[in-house]
Amino acid sequence: MSSGTLAAYRPILIAVAAFAALPLAVPLLVGAGLFAGANTFYNLMIFILIITLAAQGWNIAGGYGGQFSFGHAAFFGTGAYAQAVLQTRYGVNAWAALPVAMALGGLVGAVIGLLAFRARLRGSYFALVTLAFAEVFRILANATPITGGAAGTLVPLRIGFGQMQFEAPAAFFYLALAFVAVVLVLNRVLERSRFGAWLVAVRENEDAARALGVDTLAVKLKAITLSAAITAVAGALYTQKFLYVDANIAYGAWISVEALLAPIVGGIGTVFGPLIGAVALIGLGEAAKTAIHAAFGSAVPGVDLVVYGALLIVVIAFAPRGLIGLLKAGGGR
Amino acid sequence: MFRSYPPQIVLEAVLNGLLTGAVYALVALGLTLVYGVLHIINFAHGAMLTLAMFAVLVAHLGFGIDPYLAILPLTPLFFALGYGVQRFVISPASRNDDGAILLVTLGLSIVIENLLLAVFRSDTRALTLDYSFSVVDLGFALLSLPRVIGFGVAILVAAGLWAVLALTDTGKAIRAVAKEKLGASLVGIDVNHIYAVTFGLGAATLAVAACLLMPSFYVNPRVGNAFVLVAFTVVVLGGMGSIAGALVGGLVIGVVESLSGLYLGESLGQIGIFLIFILVLLFRPTGLFGARA
Repeated sequence: MSSGTLAAYRPILIAVAAFAALPLAVPLLVGAGLFAGANTFYNLMIFILIITLAAQGWNIAGGYGGQFSFGHAAFFGTGAYAQAVLQTRYGVNAWAALPVAMALGGLVGAVIGLLAFRARLRGSYFALVTLAFAEVFRILANATPITGGAAGTLVPLRIGFGQMQFEAPAAFFYLALAFVAVVLVLNRVLERSRFGAWLVAVRENEDAARALGVDTLAVKLKAITLSAAITAVAGALYTQKFLYVDANIAYGAWISVEALLAPIVGGIGTVFGPLIGAVALIGLGEAAKTAIHAAFGSAVPGVDLVVYGALLIVVIAFAPRGLIGLLKAGGGR
Repeated sequence: MFRSYPPQIVLEAVLNGLLTGAVYALVALGLTLVYGVLHIINFAHGAMLTLAMFAVLVAHLGFGIDPYLAILPLTPLFFALGYGVQRFVISPASRNDDGAILLVTLGLSIVIENLLLAVFRSDTRALTLDYSFSVVDLGFALLSLPRVIGFGVAILVAAGLWAVLALTDTGKAIRAVAKEKLGASLVGIDVNHIYAVTFGLGAATLAVAACLLMPSFYVNPRVGNAFVLVAFTVVVLGGMGSIAGALVGGLVIGVVESLSGLYLGESLGQIGIFLIFILVLLFRPTGLFGARA
């Protein structure tokens, strides 16, 4: 590996190291009154990392490949349900269930991708059909017995490393961070690969890419499969963290929206976009909730989401390359 | 799994499906008009319907205005709202880039839906009116009066919209912009104004739909989501941009929903709609009435 190659991965190393060091700052943050306690801090960070992972998945097909999915819930939910149902109904170990959940998510991605891309659906049409698939999964999961129907599926609490359930909240934080780190590296590898170049070519001008000999269908299919598999892992981690899934959590529109908002706000089609976007969105959302709570004396539902929606419009209007684009523009001057 | 029902129950389900379908068609009209002219999918359509339904609720509870009378103030109000949103939010924020428009309207829908959630909370509300449960006896079937009225007015509004497009100068300008944007601007049509007028017309049809729905339906901040997916299905089935397609598509979807609800039960009933949606998108994305894309 030349030093140039290593330099490409240095920002990832720095970012992961900075996140890994965050627990050291917990006493300070709690002491400053920013968090009610260490658990509040870890819950928020773990949630941010799970959303980051789901968004990193979206970013591969949506960011690099330009295929805007409005239904990544289909993959997140498949991962979440697989992780829960394999353990509760089939007695599969949590660590063994995780790769199966990932593979099932990837399979769902491949099937939806095959159907949609073979029908030459692009742009708005692709967004609509993915949205409809996610809704079909939600309705089915709500009505079939294997998922626990409307009652959902509860994973029994059995603390232990073998069950992927940890006594210390920091342990799950590091597990989620490890997954995010692996995908950060994977994204960089992808960016520097021939496949990554084909994917960007498909986004920029699909007809031109095909004319130059790129097998655009195969490229898009690989991208949506990888994209879905990563988002499915986020779903599986969600199940392990909260030990409960139902149809509205797993296949709800909320996760489709979070998965696409984070990369767009952070910087679409970039390695760090999903992470930066998830931190900014969830951070601002929490801040808005706290501010409104302080102003009105009680919690007002939906405030964080109003901030998300407004931020999306503002970013599209004033910073189409996301927060990363802003940082780069600022640093370049 | 499939039970057999006497023909009278099936007939009643079909008639009820047609009544609901007319209102679906009305909701879909605005969506298809905006698509046909601006070539954008307005994801905020459902949230704007929810907003209109809350406006009907507030007009009735706050000012004692009957939902059907509320059509008179709310239609121009929503026209103005739609005009403003397109002219001052969507157009400048998206610079008329397709992907950006999709995301801006998604952002709008999130903002509207959650502002409504913040103000009205997640409770489901309904109006109780003297005529909410009145029925029309056809001899062979009993139909809900508010839904019969909804059917009639929805058909009238569709005819009115068609007349506006076919007979007025503004209608001519809208059709010109839909066909050839550059040519239209060359002959002196203000394209941005026509875009905003079209968006306003779409919002105005939502206001009418909300007034027709509220006497027999409920409202909560998320109610528009259910309608917007149905409306997308109607639009895709009828052919993006086709008014006749939206009308026929709406009636078909209403009947499909009613029959699949009868045979599959409440929780699975909606799946029939999404399956149609997916199948049409995959196999005939131009719809039944749409021209080849």
